[in-house]
Amino acid sequence: MRDVAVVSFAQSPYVRQDLDRNEVEMLMPVITGAIERSGIPRKEIGFVVSGSCDYLAGQPFAFVNALDAVGAWPPIAESHVEMDGAWALYEAWVRLQCGDVDSALVYAFGKSSLGDIRDVLTLQLDPYYVAPLWPDSVSIAALQARALLDSGRYVERDFAEVAARSRRDATANPAAQVKGADAVDDLLAEPYIASPLRKHDCPPISDGAAAVVLAAGDVARSVCARPAWIRGIDHRIEAHALGARDLAESPSTRTAGERAGAHNGRAFDIAELHAPFSHQELILRDALGLDAGVRINPSGGALAANAVMVAGLARIGEAAMRIIEGEASRALAHATSGPALQQNLVCVMEAS
Amino acid sequence: MSDPVMVIATPIRLDYTYTAGQASSRFLRGLTERKLLGQRCPECRKVYIPPRGSCPTCGVPTAEDVECKDTGTVTTFCVVNIPFPGQAIRPPFVAASVLLDGADIALFHLLQEVDVQQARMGMRVEALWVPDEELRPSMESIRYFRPSGEPDAPYASYKDHL
Repeated sequence: MRDVAVVSFAQSPYVRQDLDRNEVEMLMPVITGAIERSGIPRKEIGFVVSGSCDYLAGQPFAFVNALDAVGAWPPIAESHVEMDGAWALYEAWVRLQCGDVDSALVYAFGKSSLGDIRDVLTLQLDPYYVAPLWPDSVSIAALQARALLDSGRYVERDFAEVAARSRRDATANPAAQVKGADAVDDLLAEPYIASPLRKHDCPPISDGAAAVVLAAGDVARSVCARPAWIRGIDHRIEAHALGARDLAESPSTRTAGERAGAHNGRAFDIAELHAPFSHQELILRDALGLDAGVRINPSGGALAANAVMVAGLARIGEAAMRIIEGEASRALAHATSGPALQQNLVCVMEAS
Repeated sequence: MSDPVMVIATPIRLDYTYTAGQASSRFLRGLTERKLLGQRCPECRKVYIPPRGSCPTCGVPTAEDVECKDTGTVTTFCVVNIPFPGQAIRPPFVAASVLLDGADIALFHLLQEVDVQQARMGMRVEALWVPDEELRPSMESIRYFRPSGEPDAPYASYKDHL
């Protein structure tokens, strides 16, 4: 395998609704920031790949418009996944394994606010038997949270503790949207939105963008003092039918983690887990076998900012930056896609 | 045995907010004052209209506003002969790409007050604006383009904008 590393990361501030800027205007400073921080001239970047979803803006081929933020002349080698940008990063990593290009720009954008995101996400469900009933994304998550409570492993206070810690950590993240010093007891006094989930258990609706630059081997070493080397990356998917799964477990995360080298109790300094709902962090921690010493989501995670299609790539970027800035030597990043943690990606990064 | 289920109907409706963005918003507001506001790329110096806030070639923000004239040159066109639902004008009519004077990219509009047989590349045209009380932040503030009566522009003047 060719050594490939994250050498830079940039993200926009996440906001409830950005009605001032279109997607291209939102992306440009982020892409330019990631490229400038990478130290690799824009025209020398060998591959460009993005992650987004046309359903967010309700415009077909919205990702083609977004290329206006990249500078595609002379013609560039470019690709797109209709998924979270974490999967675009996976494609870039595979592309860099081919050996003929040494760097890649990965970006993701999502304005979750333009439609009713709870209904938009319904359309990813089975179109014949489930979607016509219009269960929204929060209701699906509540089914999963109930299944987790029924497993006897956790109680609602555990959910609130995840939310309180995420909001507290987010106060140190200038890009985060939801932050604060809420007491667990105060959170538990709030009413349910969809039992057993309360507002703090659910992600904010966020508009935002993120970009990562990957580089291989000597190029990474030459532009970055402490690259975040990707030592393992894998993604796995489960059945589409919700009733075919045990929603309280995440076997796809477990398998992806094992394949990426996050098993046998190997120690991590930090883990960035893409858990849009508080209970999902608990399911993911169990699936990955993370011990209590691992610092989870120092960025505040997806409970602090959840631009759909961006939040997974941002987990990889946030985790990588802890290594690049010398705060961590070994980091795990996770991204999810689909309803109730259907598909999961695990990326293990090291300083050496 | 009963008939197989061949079709199910699952109605879907989603409502969206559209964000024009900063650059396109200035363009749209300009239309209410009969102004055509484009933007110039700081690197390649091309003027884009309607502007979208970036140069798609260079990938950099376009901050400098440039007012284009409401006269221009037809770079290419088509004659619409086929009626379709919602059509506002009786066919045949001409839809044209108009390279406004001062712009580097053509914009699409109607060409009227011309025999469809007479429409041609290089034809010089001018905008016919709606009356003041009908001006809106919309391309419909220009009712259509029409021949200006000037001699045709030479091919060399628009060959790079086709």
